[in-house]
Amino acid sequence: MTFLPKPKVRHPSLPKNALGLTRRDYEGGLSTLCAGCGHDSITAAIIEASWGLDVEPQNMVKLSGIGCSSKTTAYFVSGGHGFNSVHGRMPSIAMGANAANRNLMYIGVSGDGDTLSIGLGQFCHAIRRNLNMAYIIENNGVYGLTKGQFSASADVGTKAKKGEVNQQPPIDPVLLALTLGATFVARSFSGDKQQLVPLIQAALRHKGFALIDVLSPCVTFNDHEGSTKSYQYTREHYDAAVHADFVPFQREISAQYAEGDALPVVLHDGSRILLRKIDSNYDPTDRARATAAIGEKLKKGEFLTGLLYVDTTGKEFHDVNETPAIPLNQIPHNRLSPGSAALAKVLARYR
Amino acid sequence: MTDLVNNFAIKIATVNGTGSASANSLLMKSIFRAGIPVMGKNYFPSNIQGLPTWYEIRVTKDSYVARSGKIDVMVAMNAETYARDVREVTSGGYLIYDSTWPRPALLARDDITVLGVPLAKLCNENFNGVRTRILMKNICYAGVLAALLDLDIGKIRELLAETYAKKPALVDSNMKAIELGYNYTRENFKCPLPVHVAPLPGGGKTKGHVLIDGNTAAGLGCVFAGATVGAWYPITPSTSLMDAFKSFSDKLRVDPETGKKNFAFIQAEDELAAIGMVLGASWNGARAFTATSGPGVSLMNEFLGLAYYAEVPAVLFDIQRVGPSTGMPTRTQQCDILEGAYASHGDTKHVCLFPRDPEECFYFARDAFDLAERLQTPIMVMSDLDIGMNDWMCPDLKWDDSYVPDRGKILDKEAIEKLEKFHRYLDVDGDGIPYRTLPGVHPKGAYFTRGSGHTQYGAYTEDSAEYQIVLDRLTRKFHTAKRFVPKPVIEQDAHIDIGLVAYGSSDGAVREALDILAAHGVKTNYMRLRAFPFGEEVEKFLEQQKLVFVIEQNRDGQMRSLLTLETRVEKAKLRSLLHYSGLPISSEFIVKGVLAEIEPKARKTEVKGVA
Repeated sequence: MTFLPKPKVRHPSLPKNALGLTRRDYEGGLSTLCAGCGHDSITAAIIEASWGLDVEPQNMVKLSGIGCSSKTTAYFVSGGHGFNSVHGRMPSIAMGANAANRNLMYIGVSGDGDTLSIGLGQFCHAIRRNLNMAYIIENNGVYGLTKGQFSASADVGTKAKKGEVNQQPPIDPVLLALTLGATFVARSFSGDKQQLVPLIQAALRHKGFALIDVLSPCVTFNDHEGSTKSYQYTREHYDAAVHADFVPFQREISAQYAEGDALPVVLHDGSRILLRKIDSNYDPTDRARATAAIGEKLKKGEFLTGLLYVDTTGKEFHDVNETPAIPLNQIPHNRLSPGSAALAKVLARYR
Repeated sequence: MTDLVNNFAIKIATVNGTGSASANSLLMKSIFRAGIPVMGKNYFPSNIQGLPTWYEIRVTKDSYVARSGKIDVMVAMNAETYARDVREVTSGGYLIYDSTWPRPALLARDDITVLGVPLAKLCNENFNGVRTRILMKNICYAGVLAALLDLDIGKIRELLAETYAKKPALVDSNMKAIELGYNYTRENFKCPLPVHVAPLPGGGKTKGHVLIDGNTAAGLGCVFAGATVGAWYPITPSTSLMDAFKSFSDKLRVDPETGKKNFAFIQAEDELAAIGMVLGASWNGARAFTATSGPGVSLMNEFLGLAYYAEVPAVLFDIQRVGPSTGMPTRTQQCDILEGAYASHGDTKHVCLFPRDPEECFYFARDAFDLAERLQTPIMVMSDLDIGMNDWMCPDLKWDDSYVPDRGKILDKEAIEKLEKFHRYLDVDGDGIPYRTLPGVHPKGAYFTRGSGHTQYGAYTEDSAEYQIVLDRLTRKFHTAKRFVPKPVIEQDAHIDIGLVAYGSSDGAVREALDILAAHGVKTNYMRLRAFPFGEEVEKFLEQQKLVFVIEQNRDGQMRSLLTLETRVEKAKLRSLLHYSGLPISSEFIVKGVLAEIEPKARKTEVKGVA
């Protein structure tokens, strides 16, 4: 129950990050989702990622729309402000919040209904603006809170619990994002924390819009035979293109990986993502080839996962808007208001 | 005809997209600079080029700012509308037409003076190229009017030089067209007409005044009030407000050293996103606003409910236009009153401000940001197309350099540190207004904003009693708002028990109507509403009248409904005077309406303007 505070148990031996905070400090309220929900695993991955990145809790802004996924922003980093907005409109709240203060870390959590149906327009335009945020889709192909309707990511032929078969082609958020010019596109699986945590860290550090589509089976309405987003199906049709490891700027650990296997991608703040290639042909910096590779796999009902595309040179919203380094919400009024003398000059044009 | 020196109305009928706007502006400004109060109204189609358009200029020595309802001089440049334009001229008035082509005889009227000027012929002989000839024909009529109305041709040249400072060649060609019309008219007709302009000495009555439209003034107000985030989706008639904000900000808000912009200007993908961006930015501590019109407010409804309930500040300018649906997008109305006051689902109410003219748009923009942050709720500034897009004569806008924004109850880092625990929705001060915190300041100040049920402490709830505590406190907050919003402007005489109630752009017409009615021996009190919720002053005024005329520019009497719902007033006491043609309301309409009600015999009486 989210209205029950999670008990804070602190054991002196709990490991601390650079800020002296333990993983517990990155937790939120207790989840009210169904037991075994993939979303809860993603929440755990976000907690792990934020702790590992030494995020100041108050600097994390958590945004969501409506749905099971959107409730989860209450379950992590309770020291950060959260905004559970309206269905499908989280990107606009994120845009406004980011415009007001460019220095905070924005993480949005959405679902496939919230992003691909009611919120498709705002999702697309947030990508076009290259809004600097991490955007996680907890994708289960189904509407949970309204009890099991197909979402726009449900595959053709997917059977609903009541037996109805989906006839409409799915919208794949990853392919869509690539088409729209997204600068960071990844896919993962809620059950693969090893892959997910570094991806979330990289997404949080990426300058621009970073999408992670996380397949996250719904244990109540979509975890049965016939569903391509069940645990079993996902595990069987899961193909990691690249193994990503995130290396924060402050504490670089590169010895773990053999240089020959790794393709480092340097983010704007100096931190790096090390991509360990599984498939030697896969190049996450080539949009067209990434698109083709993902499409090929999808045709076979397989999900290619990992960091599928990244471009660290893109301009984010504030670059285009030419806003100053100081957040707009912190500029003193005397620098914002031009004053009476300027007004008198302006008025001369209206006589 | 009575004395029409500095006291008449001109209407110019043209085709849109043919350059008439600059000629009309030239005429307006040259009269304004002669020291005589002037009003201009543009009636334009929802079209880029080719449809009929009219411009009405009223020269009014008595400083009236509304339409009188009469036309003394008609410039009929559009063959398509010629028949109706001829009919519209007030008896004894003048009609100017392009005599290059024959005028249909059946449209002749013997109670007006018809003056034919071969405008097309003059321009064809003197200019090359089809486009130039069409444009110059429209500048040419300004020369004709300059001769007939006795406008200072030197002043017109000055204005042209200012307008085309960067393109001096245009000054000469425009001036040539003006002189063609001016000279032809002086040679062929007795100039000036009895209807004319006589400059007032020493700057006359326009000294210390500007000619400005409401959207420009509101955009300027946003810049001065310290708004940093403007998000909107283009919609007539609100777009020029955002354009003004952007162009003033580009000049006045760019850091001279770094060249960086101290504002964010976001063209959203639709109105749903626009208001979402405003809420996100306001929630994060920026002064943010949007401008839209009725259809946009309809789309913003869901978010407005969230903002009300989650208590997020926002400033929304609604430049009202004719509806329903897309209606007549380029015509004016006051038709979103109920939409504004009760926007969204569930138990919601919103603070609305009703500016009467561009001057109030400027000051109300500032007030709206203060109120939004003070009350932590959306503030709707209910302007309209007439205010927003027409040039109004207003006293010079003033800015008090000692102004400090009212940021309301925001807890800073030090204040949060001192708290044992922060409770977002708790009524600490008893005024219904809780304290808020901004992201990034302190982890102890963090809270979870949600539209779903929350307790006064900010936690999720589905408990009925907890939910109701928050909702009831919101009601208290709305009552508190009455103390902060602009008070009504009341002109009252204890011996009079008939009252007029109006708001927004109707004010000018009402003020003139009050004078005309007084000349008829009918005296009335007047209350101009400036905000919702209604305070005690409104209750008291309504209580003191026996009969109240609620004057508004919509079909269903929306303000009358709001008054009956939100005050103790007896419904039967309120009579509606409703003007909803899409044209701005005129004083004549109000006078006729009032007289028809209180003097049944006066129905057939011709109402004359005040001399």
